[in-house]
Amino acid sequence: MGEKLLVIENLHAVVAEDGTEILRGVDLEMGVGEIHAVMGPNGSGKSTLAKVLCGHPAYEVTDGQVMYSGKNLLELEVDERAREGVFLAFQYPVDIPGVSIANFLRAAVQAKNPGTELDIFDFQEMLLERMRLLDMEPSFAERSVNDGFSGGEKKRNEILQLAMLEPRLALMDETDSGLDIDALKVVAAGVNKLHAERPKMSVLLITHYQRMLNHVEPDHVHVMVNGRIVRSGGPELAQELEARGYELYKDAAVPVS
Amino acid sequence: MPQNETVTGLGLEEYKYGFVTEDKPVFKATKGLSEEIVRQISAHKAEPEWMLEFRLKALEIYRSKPMPAWGGDLAQLDAVLDEIYYYIKPQERMERSWDDVPQEIKDTFEKLGIPEAERKVLAGVGAQYESEMVYHSLKKEWTDKGIIFESIEDGLRLYPDLFREHFSTVIPPADNKFAALNSAVWSGGSFVYIPKGVHVDIPLQAYFRVNAERMGQFERTLIIVEEGANAQYIEGCTAPVYSTESFHSGVIEIIIKPNARFRYVTIQNWSHNMYNLVTQRAMVHEGGHMEWLDGNLGSKLTMKYPSCYLVGPGAHGEILSIAYAGPGQHQDTGGKVIHAAPNTTSQIISKSISRGSGRATYRGLCKIYEGSDHAKSKVECDALLLDEKARTDTFPYIEIEEQSASVGHEATVSKIGTEQLFYLMSRGLSEEEASAMIVRGFIEPIAKKLPLEYAVELNRLVELEMEGSVG
Repeated sequence: MGEKLLVIENLHAVVAEDGTEILRGVDLEMGVGEIHAVMGPNGSGKSTLAKVLCGHPAYEVTDGQVMYSGKNLLELEVDERAREGVFLAFQYPVDIPGVSIANFLRAAVQAKNPGTELDIFDFQEMLLERMRLLDMEPSFAERSVNDGFSGGEKKRNEILQLAMLEPRLALMDETDSGLDIDALKVVAAGVNKLHAERPKMSVLLITHYQRMLNHVEPDHVHVMVNGRIVRSGGPELAQELEARGYELYKDAAVPVS
Repeated sequence: MPQNETVTGLGLEEYKYGFVTEDKPVFKATKGLSEEIVRQISAHKAEPEWMLEFRLKALEIYRSKPMPAWGGDLAQLDAVLDEIYYYIKPQERMERSWDDVPQEIKDTFEKLGIPEAERKVLAGVGAQYESEMVYHSLKKEWTDKGIIFESIEDGLRLYPDLFREHFSTVIPPADNKFAALNSAVWSGGSFVYIPKGVHVDIPLQAYFRVNAERMGQFERTLIIVEEGANAQYIEGCTAPVYSTESFHSGVIEIIIKPNARFRYVTIQNWSHNMYNLVTQRAMVHEGGHMEWLDGNLGSKLTMKYPSCYLVGPGAHGEILSIAYAGPGQHQDTGGKVIHAAPNTTSQIISKSISRGSGRATYRGLCKIYEGSDHAKSKVECDALLLDEKARTDTFPYIEIEEQSASVGHEATVSKIGTEQLFYLMSRGLSEEEASAMIVRGFIEPIAKKLPLEYAVELNRLVELEMEGSVG
């Protein structure tokens, strides 16, 4: 492995409200430009891992550490992490009625570049170019963020944000869920294009199924069960999981207390 | 351009337009209200006898009516009303050219951005400073079309018959206590007349501003839109900060003749110690179309319910309102639609935002009289709470006497949610930026109906109000 971007060590996290432990000692390392997949059954904690990495207030880290590009990621606020280049493509993107995608993205791109006034025309040009790259209609940017969107539209909107914000670490939380095969192909093609364009972007694909991995090929695959990474391997591990399911790892997990 | 000076030491620094220019009134009545004051006002304006009679009668009505026992808390108001000046006239004559306007008053306008607005081809500006119009311009083409856009005083002086025929026909003094008070001491405001069939594309605009301590502002506006005419009127105002209570009570009367269309836009941003009690009503005749667009920010208490009286078949009334109640503020706002003819239609959309100890109340009436066959009304009120302490109430009164009428009512209350904030913050927006964006989105359905510069101003005002709302 070359230069490291993300090093997670013994990460423990609980639901802030009731103290239920979800992450029970996650260890994971990602190099710059690598594509990793975290696979696991429902309830294994893989979505929680993505949220904790972004600083979701519903979770509290109780132990372990996360180094991101040499910084202690856990000390940063949600928005600071984003400005440092951590991006989460949401499994369930949230509606922001009355706010157009264009205005939203403009604010987000501006937030990434404090101190310089974002030129509206440069922004427009960039937005249109990104939308062309992702085969999106320009009118899409005029719609309110996720308001009344189909599942596919929501996911495409996440990819557009990924394209505009140019993160160093893209966490893709079940980006394949709820998509038909055509929509999945479009979304996967978007991820591939963006990665080809910026090969230093690291991608963490969080998924239950292997099908996303047929379209975006990971360098490393990790199996997560009951809040821990229980096995890591190459792309062939995904094939094996597809064939045999998670049954094999049932007992590999730390027992529930 | 001078920077805004903020009045400090009053704990009200947050209020951005709280600058004060030294004022040199030409005439200032004594504090408090009396028959003598009313006579002085009328004499000062050299009014016809009938107007003096009208004022005196209104004063009697005002005194005979009790304080309203509903709406906001008016317990302190009597004391306030004893302490205010009921009339101040800053200048003897009306100014027609910008060059003639005294520097001090220009400074005030400059702080409000009026000169820019002017440069941006605002078609006509009637700006009210204290109680009188001091600056008034109107594009020549409008004058050529027969449009009248004058101060209310000039309306009475120059068009006595037209004025008398319509004045107080929509809101008589006995309508409510504050309409009576305004009728007794009104001063300043606009007189607008749009002749038959005339269409005006650029909105008529009036800025006005209260700028004297303990001064009540009793502006009075009368608008007549003749058959088939179409126009839009915009009023925006801010008031400076003072440590004593302030009071504003306007009356706005609009007459929409058959098949005429009119939109009245207000954005009010009063200083946080202001009582703002306004009566505004439109009488809409056959096939007429009236739209109120009302933004209420600031003030200590606002009680304001723009109304449409739909008195001719097919008349349509719309009331769109936004209220923002910050800590210590109560916005008691909404709308009234009265259906008194067949096939009349109406819509009320009310959006409120409350924060801290702020309280937003929606109070609305939809009344459908018997015989208003197939009348239709839709009421929608949405409240957004910015934190746990904020409060909102909804009082939708619906009275239906007509079997064939249909009325819909929807109300929603939402809180800025953790998930929404997290989503926006995960894109790099600060918590404050994220909250402001959610609020902007919430008011967008109404803001988008405003001319661009007003939509921008509304958003900016909301953002100013939200400063310091996080953490």
